[in-house]
Amino acid sequence: MESFFVRFKNPLVLIAIVLLQVIALAMQVQRPAKDADAPAGARANEREGAAPDGRNVSLLRRWTVTAITPLEAAAQSSTSRVRGAWDDYVNLRHARQQNAALQDEVARLREEEASFAEDAAQGRRLQRLLAFREQYALTNVAAQVIGTSGSERSHVLYLDKGSDDGLKPDQPVITPDGVVGKIRDVFPHSSQLLLINDPSSGAGVILANTRIRAILRGSATGQVQIDDLTADSRIKVGEPVITSGGDLVFPRGLPVGTIESIAPDPLHQPYTAILIKPAVDLNRLEEVLVITATSATLPPSAAEDAAAAEATADANQRAADLIAEKLPSLESVAAATNGAGSGGAGAAAGGAAGSTAAVPDDPESQVGGLPGIPNSGLPKSRAALHPDRFSPGAVPPATDMTPGAPSQSQSQSRSPEQQDPQQPRQQ
Amino acid sequence: MAERSYTSREELDQYGFHPGVTVMAPVVCILLQAMLPKDLPWLLHLDLPLIATIFFAVSRRSPIAGTVTGTLIGLFQDGLTNHPFGVEGIAKGVVGYVAASLGFAVDIDNVINRVALVFTLSLCQGGLLYLIAHWLLGQTSYQLLPMDELISALANCLIAIPVFYVLDRFRVRD
Repeated sequence: MESFFVRFKNPLVLIAIVLLQVIALAMQVQRPAKDADAPAGARANEREGAAPDGRNVSLLRRWTVTAITPLEAAAQSSTSRVRGAWDDYVNLRHARQQNAALQDEVARLREEEASFAEDAAQGRRLQRLLAFREQYALTNVAAQVIGTSGSERSHVLYLDKGSDDGLKPDQPVITPDGVVGKIRDVFPHSSQLLLINDPSSGAGVILANTRIRAILRGSATGQVQIDDLTADSRIKVGEPVITSGGDLVFPRGLPVGTIESIAPDPLHQPYTAILIKPAVDLNRLEEVLVITATSATLPPSAAEDAAAAEATADANQRAADLIAEKLPSLESVAAATNGAGSGGAGAAAGGAAGSTAAVPDDPESQVGGLPGIPNSGLPKSRAALHPDRFSPGAVPPATDMTPGAPSQSQSQSRSPEQQDPQQPRQQ
Repeated sequence: MAERSYTSREELDQYGFHPGVTVMAPVVCILLQAMLPKDLPWLLHLDLPLIATIFFAVSRRSPIAGTVTGTLIGLFQDGLTNHPFGVEGIAKGVVGYVAASLGFAVDIDNVINRVALVFTLSLCQGGLLYLIAHWLLGQTSYQLLPMDELISALANCLIAIPVFYVLDRFRVRD
């Protein structure tokens, strides 16, 4: 036996290590519970890999990320310096080649120019971010991309802001151009950003022109696509795609991209594969905005829109009231119901002028229902105008009946001879 | 008669490394792998940690050491992705084992052998990741893209030559 373990020591160790990891994988993989009541857009974010890890796994990931991100942040800042120095060197060398006599002057000017250009570019980027923040009136945190997952199959980026800056999982990440992704996991000083082109990513969207709702998904090849729509001639290439807000992650109306191509999906007939060109260059992200909360106060333009919408709603309500007044059937039904509540067919006719609002709330007029919850029961049946044996209440309850005794209706319908054959016929 | 000593290939070509190199080389590879694609996205085709795994496995010529090194590097990589821990760990553990086993049979100092080894094992890793995603995780959307795998394998071969050359400087004969 001992020789067996010695002889197959290497493969046994390999099998043991692989088996341990398979068990670990099985423990980590958690299928999201299917919530039937959740909107379709919200279910777009339930895919495996999009949700934060469990406690123990999160701890392991935190250790890994904590070990790597400080190095990434340091390397990022030093890279910027080296890049600046390299630019200076190139500029200086270029100046010497152009004019030896003015090399010092030109070098200084070039150096300043490079520095100003970098400052101006950064200023423009930050100005756009600031304008965007004001436009959307959202509470957000600007963050810088410091690293990637390093894997072709995992479209994840690392940001230099974390839970200490107010970031939480599932917060949307955007740029002035459009949607980037969402925060998947947060650590004290960094966070993991899941891009919208990751296979586990999803978002509820609307096609801006046709107003068709769909679910956006990433793919294994890093493309963004919609694969839950059937062929529709109204959908055209170039149509903008915006967020619908139905996923409960991204605010409604943010640009996502434009339709790049529409083709039948051979693997999932009769659906079409609609490829989206993202509005943001997901491969070249430097600064992003993480939306931490939506603002309680609306910006002026949005407030005007809201006021106009409210005015339209009021006008519609008035029109509905006018129509309701002109519809006699509505009133008579309500009045009849009221009359039935007070009992008797005669009361139904006489109760036409009664209050219609009192009927549904009156517990006496209802059968069953939950205590304390108005209108949760069924309305009591009205008294019949011409009662017969089928009318409610015409037949006594079963508890009052005697087995073998003729029913009341039978007794009434029988002829006198049939009622008592032994009784002599009276002439 | 001349006296002959018989030394196995394993004893002849087994190398060791300073503990600092053993730790820092994979960490630097993982760090570069995480940082460089931010500015140069096409570098995602490369897999520097895989090259480090193969190098340490074939240099040490110990399948157990190769498996452990590959597993640890893979698990570290998993920590930076949104995948569960173990996906890269299993793939790189198996690659480390195979690389160390093949190291007995081939001359690892030969450039052509190195290139062939890296090319083959890159493709193997792609296949293993596909199997893990499909069979163990049930990710049906995970596709095996032969062209991408081929490009990745070629890119890894190209970068492996200078990386192996640099890491050769730190080898110590056991």
